[in-house]
Amino acid sequence: MPGNVMGGGWRARLGRSALYIFTFALAIVWAVPMAWAVVASLRPPTDPLGRGDVWFALPLTLENYARALALAPFGQYYVNTIVVILMILAVQMVTITLAAFAFAHYNFPGKRVIFYLVLLQLMIPTTALLAPNFATIRALGLFDTRLAIAIPYFGSAFGAFLLRQVFLDIPRDLVDAGVMDGCRWWQLLRHIYLPPAVPTLIAFGLSSTAWHWNEFLWPLVITNSDKARPLTAGLVRFTQLGEIGAQWALLSAATLIVILPLFVVFLFFQKRFIQSFVYSGIK
Amino acid sequence: MTASARPRRRRASPLPYLLILPTFIFVALFTIWPMLLAGYQSLFLQRLNMARYRTPTFTGFQNYVELFNDDRFHQVMLNTLIFVAGTVPVSIVLAFLFAMLVNQTLRGIGVARLFFFYPTILPLVSAATIWMFFFTPDYGIFNTTLRALGYTGPQNWTSNPSLALLSVMIVAVWKNAGYYMIFYLAGLQGLPQDVYEAAALDGASGWQMLWRITFPLLRRTTLFITTIAFISAFQTVDHIFVLTQGGPAGASTVLLYFLWEQRFEFLNVGIASALTVVLIAVLLVFTLTNFMLSERKEDAHAG
Repeated sequence: MPGNVMGGGWRARLGRSALYIFTFALAIVWAVPMAWAVVASLRPPTDPLGRGDVWFALPLTLENYARALALAPFGQYYVNTIVVILMILAVQMVTITLAAFAFAHYNFPGKRVIFYLVLLQLMIPTTALLAPNFATIRALGLFDTRLAIAIPYFGSAFGAFLLRQVFLDIPRDLVDAGVMDGCRWWQLLRHIYLPPAVPTLIAFGLSSTAWHWNEFLWPLVITNSDKARPLTAGLVRFTQLGEIGAQWALLSAATLIVILPLFVVFLFFQKRFIQSFVYSGIK
Repeated sequence: MTASARPRRRRASPLPYLLILPTFIFVALFTIWPMLLAGYQSLFLQRLNMARYRTPTFTGFQNYVELFNDDRFHQVMLNTLIFVAGTVPVSIVLAFLFAMLVNQTLRGIGVARLFFFYPTILPLVSAATIWMFFFTPDYGIFNTTLRALGYTGPQNWTSNPSLALLSVMIVAVWKNAGYYMIFYLAGLQGLPQDVYEAAALDGASGWQMLWRITFPLLRRTTLFITTIAFISAFQTVDHIFVLTQGGPAGASTVLLYFLWEQRFEFLNVGIASALTVVLIAVLLVFTLTNFMLSERKEDAHAG
């Protein structure tokens, strides 16, 4: 490489090569499970995956996907997962924006107390409260519905605090100018607070989507039929079907059916995704 | 007027309360209320699968007494401790290592970053179905690899009493290390380069820079990662449903899984509520301690 500022003699070069090899060896170890699942899912179902020919043998087939789709209503599971995520996103965007605006823009009696009460949601994750929440959902008559999966997440302390932080960074002069011009609160929110917060909202939306696509335990206990069951709970049910046994090719196909859409979206928007995870975590 | 923060103006207007109300309703209904409800129900004997215990009977702290005298509960708490104390530090150390590696300017480093990070966006149950094959005796990749490295121990990891917990810990570490990596990566990229240049001029070695500059400057990042890793470790149970079902004989049952089992398998509402209270207490004690420690350290730095 010309103009390598690192320079150095053969020892430095050797060191860098070793580091290079180490980095990629480790990365490949981390990638093996996914790579294996893809290969296994494409192997003929009759192929006993036990021999040394797992990796590169031909022929490859989509038969396992077809069989998995025939054995369980994955289409319905997709719909359920997506509907749940859309419900959560739609409501969260509104609730966190309003709450963040109130916390950032106003002073009012009891603000600290309310702030800390909302903060509790960060310390005690909803998953830990599944037993009493189950009772609440039953009492509300929502058991075994998609709404039941989504509703505990309609308010997000995390999202509200994240957005509040962005709102607090907006120059005060700008807000004052808006107030002077006689903006009403929703005009302040719409024209002054929200525009610089759009990247944060997107970041929050992306990480929220990934989180709820992957959620398992709460949907497991709160659903009881395929009309509400999301992909994760559907997959676990699938693995427990009597006729599946140790058919790895079939299991891998089912696993990939669950993973693939989010994974493809992730590959396309990798940078944005990773940024959103950092962004929504660190602020 | 003092130069206070933004919050100000408008006394006695109901507007801010109304704006917070939607958030507050859901937090109240699904975070605050269930905490109170669990505390209340933990004082009652109620078992839905036994006709005579179907209606709750007040028994005071009997559920807690029963739990604390139960050997299974002791095992669950020990398992949880091992799981948390094992997965959290290992994930964080690996995360730091990954971040250092991925932070180099090397050709194709983006691919390595992708490989480390992608487990983050997989559902834990899907990761578990893949790993289930890995752990398969005789021909699973995990075992064939270990054998090639000279391992001759037991093969059936997920159903071996002394290895089941370790196998669910391995999957958890594999899943989480890449997630924590991105926070270190962001931290590393925000470090002031001139400090390193000055240190290099002073003849500091790579290790010295790592220990004296990088670690101290990333202290806040580490604290942050520790907090989220700890909270998430208590919720990381999805893969147990696929890999071990908590077995064999409870060897891989951790607190949240035990709670689920008590409530939804054995229908024991009273015990499940007491377990919820235990879980809440553990989480609160940790996060509050962590919070106060970090506040105090900030003060010390400011002063």
